[in-house]
Order: sequence, then C-alpha cells, then structure tokens
Amino acid sequence: MSRRKFDEMSDYDSSRDRKRRRTEAVEIEDRLESLIIRVGEKSTSSLESNLEGLASVLEADINNYKGKILKILIDCAVKMPEKTTIYTTLVGLLNAKNYNFGGEFVDMMAKKLKEALKACMWRTARYVLRFFSDLVNCHVISTNSLLQLLLTFLETARDDNSPQVRSDTYVYAVLSCLPWVGRELYEKKEQDLDRLLKHIEIYVRKRSRKHVPGLRVWRSDRPHPQEEYLDCLWAQICKLRSDMWQEKHIARPYVAFDSILCEALQHNIPQITLPTHHQDNTYLFPWVVFRLFDYTDCPEGPVLPGAHSIERYLIEEHLHNIIKEYHHERKQCAALLLDFPLKHKIPLEYMIVEVVLAELFHLPGPRYIEICYGSLLIELCKLQPATMPQVLAQAVELLFDRIDTMNVCCFDRFVNWFGYHLSNFQFKWSWDDWLEAAQLDPSHPRAKFIIEVLLKAMRLSYRQRIAEVVPEQFDCFVPQKPEPVYKFSADSTADLPGMDTAHRLESAIRAKGTVTEVLAVLTELPNPLRESEDTDPPYNPLQIQVFVQSILHLGSKSFSHAFAGISKFLKAFESLVGNHEEAQMLVLKEMHEVWSTHQQMMVMLCDKFLRTQIVSCATVANWVFSKEMVPEFTKSYIWEILHGTIRKMNKHVARLQREVNEARERRVGNDSDDSSDSDNEDQQQQQQRPRPSEEEIERMEEKLEGAQADQKNLFLIIFQRFIMILSEHLVRCDTDGRDFNTHWYRWTIGRLHQIFMMHNTQVERYSQTLSTLLFTQDLDPHILDAFNQFVALRS
Amino acid sequence: MNAPSVDLSSYRDQHFKGSRTEQERHLRLTTTLYVGNLSFYTTEEQLYELFGRSGDIKRIVMGLDKFRKTPCGFCFVEYFTREDAEMCMRYVNGTRLDDRIVRTDWDAGFIEGRQYGRGKSGGQVRDEYRTDYDSGRGGYGKIVQQKMLPKLT
Repeated sequence: MSRRKFDEMSDYDSSRDRKRRRTEAVEIEDRLESLIIRVGEKSTSSLESNLEGLASVLEADINNYKGKILKILIDCAVKMPEKTTIYTTLVGLLNAKNYNFGGEFVDMMAKKLKEALKACMWRTARYVLRFFSDLVNCHVISTNSLLQLLLTFLETARDDNSPQVRSDTYVYAVLSCLPWVGRELYEKKEQDLDRLLKHIEIYVRKRSRKHVPGLRVWRSDRPHPQEEYLDCLWAQICKLRSDMWQEKHIARPYVAFDSILCEALQHNIPQITLPTHHQDNTYLFPWVVFRLFDYTDCPEGPVLPGAHSIERYLIEEHLHNIIKEYHHERKQCAALLLDFPLKHKIPLEYMIVEVVLAELFHLPGPRYIEICYGSLLIELCKLQPATMPQVLAQAVELLFDRIDTMNVCCFDRFVNWFGYHLSNFQFKWSWDDWLEAAQLDPSHPRAKFIIEVLLKAMRLSYRQRIAEVVPEQFDCFVPQKPEPVYKFSADSTADLPGMDTAHRLESAIRAKGTVTEVLAVLTELPNPLRESEDTDPPYNPLQIQVFVQSILHLGSKSFSHAFAGISKFLKAFESLVGNHEEAQMLVLKEMHEVWSTHQQMMVMLCDKFLRTQIVSCATVANWVFSKEMVPEFTKSYIWEILHGTIRKMNKHVARLQREVNEARERRVGNDSDDSSDSDNEDQQQQQQRPRPSEEEIERMEEKLEGAQADQKNLFLIIFQRFIMILSEHLVRCDTDGRDFNTHWYRWTIGRLHQIFMMHNTQVERYSQTLSTLLFTQDLDPHILDAFNQFVALRS
Repeated sequence: MNAPSVDLSSYRDQHFKGSRTEQERHLRLTTTLYVGNLSFYTTEEQLYELFGRSGDIKRIVMGLDKFRKTPCGFCFVEYFTREDAEMCMRYVNGTRLDDRIVRTDWDAGFIEGRQYGRGKSGGQVRDEYRTDYDSGRGGYGKIVQQKMLPKLT
C-alpha cells in the first residue's frame, strides 16, 4: 500500500517536472519570438547593437530551438515586409556564425516560395523573392542563383498558353525586388542585369492594355497621366537605373556589418519549378495607379517624390501595408500612418490622403468597405487638426475640378464619402467656390455631384438644415421635400375610380381589420382588364393601386410603420399580386407614385418587397429599365436599388451554396466517423446533428440550381436592357447626325461598366453565355468595349 | 489578437435575465448593438442611412420615454450578421450623427420592454442625473430641472 503511494507520488513529481520543463521551454520560445518580432522597434540602443545582440542570443539557442527560430524568422520575413532589411541582416549575421543554419533558412524559404506560388498567394511570393534579393546584399545568397531565379520568373513572359495576368504577376514580383538588389547586381553582374531588364522591356512593350480604360478613375490624362501599374513600376525602375540604382528610401543595416558579412559563405537557392497555369488559378487583378497630387500641390517644405521616382513607389507600398495591417483599428491605423518613419522627408499628409483615396477609388472595388476609409480620414483629421483637414479639402477641390471625366463607380463613392464626411463637420464647406455649377445642365457631372451630395447629406440630417447650409444660388440643387403623394387623399376633390373604396379600406385597416376583411373591401372594385364576362385577368390593377397606395399612405410616418404595414398584410399582397410580373411592376409603379420625393424610402421599400418576396429581383430590374422610369434613370438612387437587388440575389445564391457544401461535408464526415477518443467538442456537435439524407441534399442542390438560374436570368435581363437602350441611342444619333456623347450616354455607359465592376465575380460565372448570347461581335464597339474590358481583367 | 474596437465594454445590463456568464456569451455572439448619445430628434431614417453603411440592417428599435413614448436618445440596431455588427463597432462607433458623437456597444438582444428608458422620469437614467445643459436631450438633467422649478410656499 505504502509503496503504491510512493510510486504515485513519484509519478506526480515527474509529471510536474515534465510540465515545468515544458513551460520553461515554451517561455524561452515565447521570449525568442518576442525578441525577434520586436527587433527594429523603438529602442534606447541603436539598431546595429540590437541586431548584434540578438544574433548572439539566437546563435546560443540554435541547437535547442532551431526549428522554432527558423519558423519565426520566416514568418517575420513574409508578414513584415517593411522590416525586410532588418531581418535579412539578422539572417546574414547568423549565416556568418553558422553556415548550416543559413543553408537551412534558405531551403525553408524556397519551400515557402513554392507553396505560395502553388496556392496563388502572390503577395507572399513577392515578399519571399524580395527577401531573397536582399539576402544577396547580406552575402547569404549568391548573385548567380538569384539571377537564375529571377530569370525563371521571367520565363512566364514567353508562355503563350496562359493568361497575361499570370506573367504580369511574375514580372511584377521581379521588378519589385530591384530597388533592393539593383545596385549590387549593377556593380557585380552588370551584363546579366542588362539582359534581365531587356527581357522585361520586351515583355512590357508587347503586353495588351485592353483592361486599362475600365480601370482608370479618370478618362483624361490631364493633369496627371493615369498609368497602368506595371507600366508605372517599369518607368520607375528605368529611372532608378538611370540614377545608377541609387535610391534614398530603404534603410540598410547590413552596410554597418559589411566586414563581418563579406566573410560569410554564400548559398544557392534551390531550383524552383514554377507551377503551370491551372484554370482555377486566380491572379492579381491589374490596376491603374491613382495620381491626384504632384509636387506643385504641396506647400513649401519637403518635396513630393515624382511619379516615376522609386521612392514614390516604396513609400506608397509601405503606407498601403499599414492600412492593410491595421484597417480593423482605425485609431491605431491613423496613428501609425502619421508616425511614418522618414516622415520629415516627405509631405506626409499629402501622401496619406492620396493613398487612402487610391484605395477608396480602387477598381473593380475598394479592398475594404467604404466607411473604413471615411472613418479613417476623420480619425486622421482628429489627430492632425492643423494640417489634415486642409489637405483633404484641397483633395476635394481637385477631385471636383476633374470630375468631368471621373468614371461612374468612383463618382458614386466620392458622393457617398463626401456627404458622410461633411455630416461629421456640420456640413461646413466652401460652397461659394462652386457657384458656377448652378449654371450647368443638371446632368453635367459637377451639377450632378452637388445634387447627389445634398441628397446624401439630407439623409444624414434633414432638408431644412441642408437648405440653410448652402448659398441661395444652390436652391436649384436643394432636394425636394420628402413627403408622400397619396392620390386618394380625403382632401382631393378629384373623382377617381377607387376613391371611395380607398377610404373604406383605410377605415377598415385603422379598425385593426384582418387580411380577409381588407380583401373583402377590395372585391367591390371592377377590373379594368376584364374586357368581357368570359375573360379572367390574372390580377386587378385597380385593386393593386388602391391597396398599395393606402398601405403606403397609412405607413408613411416612418420606415418601421411602412414595414409593419407590409408585414401585416403580406397575405393580401400574395393574393392580389402573386407571381405575375406585370402585377409586381404595378406595385413598384404605385410605390414610386406615392414616394417619388423620398428616395431613401423607395430604396427601403424595394428592399422590403424583395425580402418578403412580394416582388422578384427580375421585376425590379425590368422596372428600372421601364418607360415610366426613364426620367429617373440617371439618378443615383435607382442604381442603389438595382445594385442592392443584385447583391441580395448574390447573397442568396452564396448562402444556398454554403448550405449544400456543409451538408455534403456532414454526410461524408459521418461516413468516416469512428467512435474512439471523441471528447472533441466539434465531433460531439457533429454527432448531435442528423446526418443529411441523399434526398435532402438533392433537394438543396435543386434549390441552389434554381437560384443560380434566377441569378443568371437577372444578369441577362440587365445586360440585354443596357444593350437595347444604348444601341437605340447610338443608332438614333447616327441617323439624326447628332453627337452620341451626351450626358445621358456617359452616365448610362458608366452604369453598364459599374455592373461589371461591382459584381465581377458573379458575372464571371456567366461570361461564356454573355459572350455567346449578348456581347457578340456585331455589337457597337462602344458597348462591346465594356464587356471586353471586363474579360481583360482575367486574361 | 488585439481588437479593442470590438471588445466587450464593462457595461452589463442589470436587468438581464440570466447569469453574468450567459450574458457575456450572448454579447460575444449577438448581432445587435446598443446606440447611445443620440439626440431626441434623430430619426430612424438618419440611423438607417449611417448604420446601413457598415452592413444590411435587420431592424432598428428606437428607444422611447416610458411615459411619453417619444424617442429618448438611444436605439438598438440589429444586423443580419455578426461581421456587419463588428464593422459598425469599428467604423461607426465614435463618429457623428446629427452633430453628436454616437456610442455603440454590444447588446445581448432586444426583448420587448427593453426599448423603454429606465429613468424615474421615463427617459434614460443618465438624463436623470446629469448636470449639463444639452439642447438635444431635453435641456438640463431631470433632477436639476426639478431643483430649478420655483418652490411652492
């Protein structure tokens, strides 16, 4: 008995020992991780002494913690590109002390690169390539093996069987390394470097630029050329080359350690075969570089680096990375942007504003939701009240100046942002600077901008406020007072069919009448569609008119009132409207009659009608393009409604797809389920949920297919309508000998382009059908261009 | 992962039916936000416009004075997804609506009755005790207002 007790005690002790050793090891690992991650941050010692110290510490621990150290270093190399030179220096110092360690690091990085290329993680791949390039500067990698790797990347330029975006991605990666290693290659391997650059030059020259017009924020190149991203970087590298590869931005700690590093032996990068192009691969979308400012826009002080200076590229990349890292925490993001290292050498506020707006206006779409940038700009103004608001105001003036050629996607985002921004600053603005716009045609971009901004501003406040804030010359721009127009109003003296019924209906509803009672009141109405006793029209337009107008009138006090009314009488809608498209169109038409002055209400009502399935997505699309809506067609709220409709459809399909995938997984998962050590919470949950039957999954798949068919149909309707109205316009102008390039035309072709941009992932699925059925070669080139530019994004 | 914008605040609803742990579990999963420091005149429409920018709104419930049934400066905004609610905490919280800085916080979920102010006078508790003058929230706090009334002799 006592011996057993003794044994138990000793077991207990050794498990505690084991635990203690494990915790010690974890503590050391955590400490190492912290030291490595934080090297280069603000410190009382110099960076050089920190690096030297850290290299010694790591060297001592290499034997016991090699795997962990390698992993941390690789993570840092890939996730902290702004600290590339710090980590390459560290690796250089370690390599000088321990050749094998250096070799293992290079091998692991090569593996990382292969994985990234295979998984289409292009950003990671680019950073690894850049890291390799800088390792040449630290004598860890031989120049020859780097050149070999760069040339391998460039071989993609010769591959005609894969899309251009593939070779673009690889060539871009090569170009983006050259700021780090250009000088070294120039000094040691000038001829090889020249050859490399010649390859790139040939490629850049022969590339297709079909995708460019659709990605430009402005149609015009005045005052600043809007360059395609690869063209721009190529120009920047060429300039760097003509400056003998001297760049002034990158900090290079390895220079201080040259005497140590040059003693080290170098490694070769293992051979890397690039994964071949696969149809499922996704590549970087091309983009056009956003240029708003040049050095003349900035006041006396540090000069804005020129558009083709490599510094402009490097600083912008760094600023974009800060946003990428911290976009979830806007206060921290703003602080870090304003604390940019080397901020005294550049007009920082200008570069920040340009970078933030570049993201907001990015095509096909901004990386993050628009309000992320809006709130970030507010935060920046809060942190730097003496300078930021002025720079931002200057940016707005420039954007307004150039708004004539701004594409519609960006115009919408500009309007949304500016209205929101003003609402945070009491709508104070130098409106007087824009008085001339009041003389313009209301379809002119400048006039339209002010009209739409005031509409947005009104939504965030109220009409009276907006009317008071703008100068009287802008009275023509102030929105109408949003109020319902009820045709059956008791005040009306007109003798309209249905008037009496409407009043009876209202009384019935006010008296808490039920759906049945409401329908009973409506039965007394004759059906204008009924031509004779024998015909039985599928719906009664007069009933619909009276019902819809009454419901909306009774619910006119607020959105909640309107929604409550619609929900309560959903069954009445179903009975009166059903699946008939004309009946559904009538609902929307009556809604518009009642609420034409309250755009926001119409947007909300369409949303509600779709969610309750009173109307279908296809009906909304047909309604937008209907004859009644022609006068409204260029107003932004119409497109808010249409895009909202498309998004709802997309979300619906995505949800059904997810459900099918999950059901399939659950079914398969349950097949291979074994009952062994399953204290796992997930597995317990799996066992609780019933395994979906084959029939259930089939039904879900049918539902998904039905939804996808609806989605395809929706896009077909929309594109077909666009083609019809645009073709009609072009033909008529041609016949009449008029210039087709009217405001209406510019807005409409812009809206077509916007559909491709905003929903490009979903449209892509139906690209083949679209090119066969709708966007055929015989179409007017202006219309076909919009489709071709969209296709070029992935080709 | 450091995420102060979406962390739970220290506020816990004293009227919550359930344990602290349950309340916190709700708060970590909810898609409903409490919105405070609104003006009494802020409309549902303004709220839809601003809060709609971080995601699709499922519904908004206006906070009402218990007796007068008029807006008393707060509301609940419910999104369809947690993600959209997080976007709101990140990007709308701390910005202005109707010239006032709005504050958003996680809410365990709307239940009928929670739309009413819990102050003795019918509005929010904070409006009972505050001493400043706020024209958007009925002027002085209720207790201060009482003190300002002429005393009947």
